[in-house]
This record gives sequence, structure tokens and C-alpha cells, in this order.
Amino acid sequence: MMSVGRLLYVLPLAAFLILAVYFWIGLGKDPHQIPSVLIDQSVPPFDLPPIKGHERGFNSEDLLGQVSLVNIFGSWCVACRVEHPFLMRIKQEGLVPIYGIDWREKDRDAGPAWLARHGDPYTLVGDDPESKAAIAFGVTGAPETFIVDEAGVIRYKQTGPITPDIWEETLWPIVQDLRAD
Amino acid sequence: MAHRPRPARRLRAVVFALLVAMLVSPAGAVDPDEILADPVLEERAREIGKELRCLVCQNQSIDDSDAELARDLRVVVRERLTAGDDDQEVIDYVVSRYGDFVLLKPPFKLSTYALWLGPGVVAVIAVIAVIAFYRRRSKSTDRETAPPLNDDEEKKLAALLKDDGR
Repeated sequence: MMSVGRLLYVLPLAAFLILAVYFWIGLGKDPHQIPSVLIDQSVPPFDLPPIKGHERGFNSEDLLGQVSLVNIFGSWCVACRVEHPFLMRIKQEGLVPIYGIDWREKDRDAGPAWLARHGDPYTLVGDDPESKAAIAFGVTGAPETFIVDEAGVIRYKQTGPITPDIWEETLWPIVQDLRAD
Repeated sequence: MAHRPRPARRLRAVVFALLVAMLVSPAGAVDPDEILADPVLEERAREIGKELRCLVCQNQSIDDSDAELARDLRVVVRERLTAGDDDQEVIDYVVSRYGDFVLLKPPFKLSTYALWLGPGVVAVIAVIAVIAFYRRRSKSTDRETAPPLNDDEEKKLAALLKDDGR
């Protein structure tokens, strides 16, 4: 058996190695990826007005009875522009309805203009200039996308743009599973 | 007599000024248009804001942060206070949306025991290690103590001491 004295000599090295492993893992983590506490909870009650030029906004009730995506975007958000063509594809292929929360537009024309230029992938869009719905959804940045089931329960949160890979590997299988239930 | 001596009055004025000065707090990032008309509510909102993390610039409180989301959170805090929520209800609401991460001071519960108790445990281990180290050292010096002097050596020592005392 190793004597206690020997063990004391090895202890700092062991502690260093353990710390090194933790730090190494920490380097690969994005501190902005915060696990959502809303998973498996009902969509928070909200009722958003329409964006300029649209007939109606949407509220939490609109999400009932279907699996849907709720996408937080803004015309000011560069990463939203990145995922936008893919959202258009989801719409064109009729995969799943997407509801848009137009978040923190300073100019009431900016959101509609952005959708007119790049295409509108959304079934309904709500205007959220003061983060009322965004805070209720625990949003920390745009884009974020929630998968909501037929009963209006949040099942998944995607932080950051939806890429084809993320869609194929994660989001689409979840949508299909929820539909199969 | 109604007339008070001047020094007492001046002292009262100074004490009053100091008390008022103690009520003043730094403004943080709060915009004038966010401030509530009711100073008591506003003070509660400030205290709550200091405990809530800005989710954009993560090492600042929402009271300190200029981020737009922090501003909107401050407004939500004030709306809830105005609606009659107590401080804990407001904090609970924000935590229910963002999780414990939004609290700058994490709560003491099962998932955070390591965080809160870790430093204490490390300190205890360190103290034990230091005690063990000194115990071992004093033991080893005992062992190295020279054996008692024999008769020859005693005589030599006595002679030397006598010499020295001349």
C-alpha cells in the first residue's frame, strides 16, 4: 500500500490533471447555450399584435392542435438571415408550420420589409418590440426555435440558427416522434 | 424659550444631510423613463435587478447592463412589482423563464451543494494536510535527537563549561 506521505506528493499533480480535464471540456462549451427550464412545460400565455401590413398576430392558443415551430427572429439579427433560406425550404416542402416572433424591431417597417425581401416562411407573425413574449419564452438571443407539440407543450429549444444538419439530425426526428405519439 | 442654540441646529442639519446622502444609490443603467414614480417600488426594483443576471453580457446584473434585453427585463420586473407581486414572486417568475442561471447568487440546493460546499471541503482538507505535515516533521526531528552523553562526554562538557566560566 502506498504510504500517506507518498500520496501527498501525488495529490497536487492529480488535482491539476482533474482541473485540466474540466477546463479542457469547458473550452469547448458555449456559455450562451443555457439549458431551457421550459422544456415539457406549456407555452407561456401571450398574445402578440400583428406586424405592420399583416392581418393578425398570434397567441398561445394558435399553437394548439398541431406540432409547430416557434421561431424568434429580427431584421437586425445576422444569424437569422443565415437560417432564413432553410426556413423557406421547410415552408415550401410543407414539413411543419412555423410561427414567427419578430423580436425587438425599433422600426415598425423593418420586420415586414425584411420578410418582403427574403420571403415569409411563417404561418403567423407576432410583433414583440418589448420582449414580452421573448422573456416569457426565456429567450436570450436570436435566433431561437422552439418545438411545440399538439397540446401546446414546449418539447425542444434550438439556440442559434437551424442548419440542414441540425434539422436532419435533431429537429426533424423530434417533430416526427411527436406526430407519431 | 423658543430660540435654540445655533450649534445644535447646525448639527441636526449635518446629520440630516448625511442620512439623506445614505439614501442615494448609484443609478446603474436604468433609463430615466423606466424609473417608477413610487420611490419605494423603484428601490425594490433596483435591489431585484442587482440579483438578476443579464443574459447577454453574462457577468453583469440587469441593473448594470445597457443591453436591450436587460432593459426589457427591468421593465418586466417593474411591471410585476406595480401589479402587486412581492420581491420573491418577481424573482421566481424570472427564474421560471430562465432557470437558476439568471440568479447572480445561486441558490443552495442539491445541484449546487458542490459549488457552495466545495471551497470549505478543500479548506478542511488543506488544514488536515498541514497538520499532518507538521506532525510528521516533529516526529522525525524526535528521532534525530542525539543519544544521551556518556561519562567521558559529560566530563569533557563540564571541563569546557568550567574553562568558559574563567
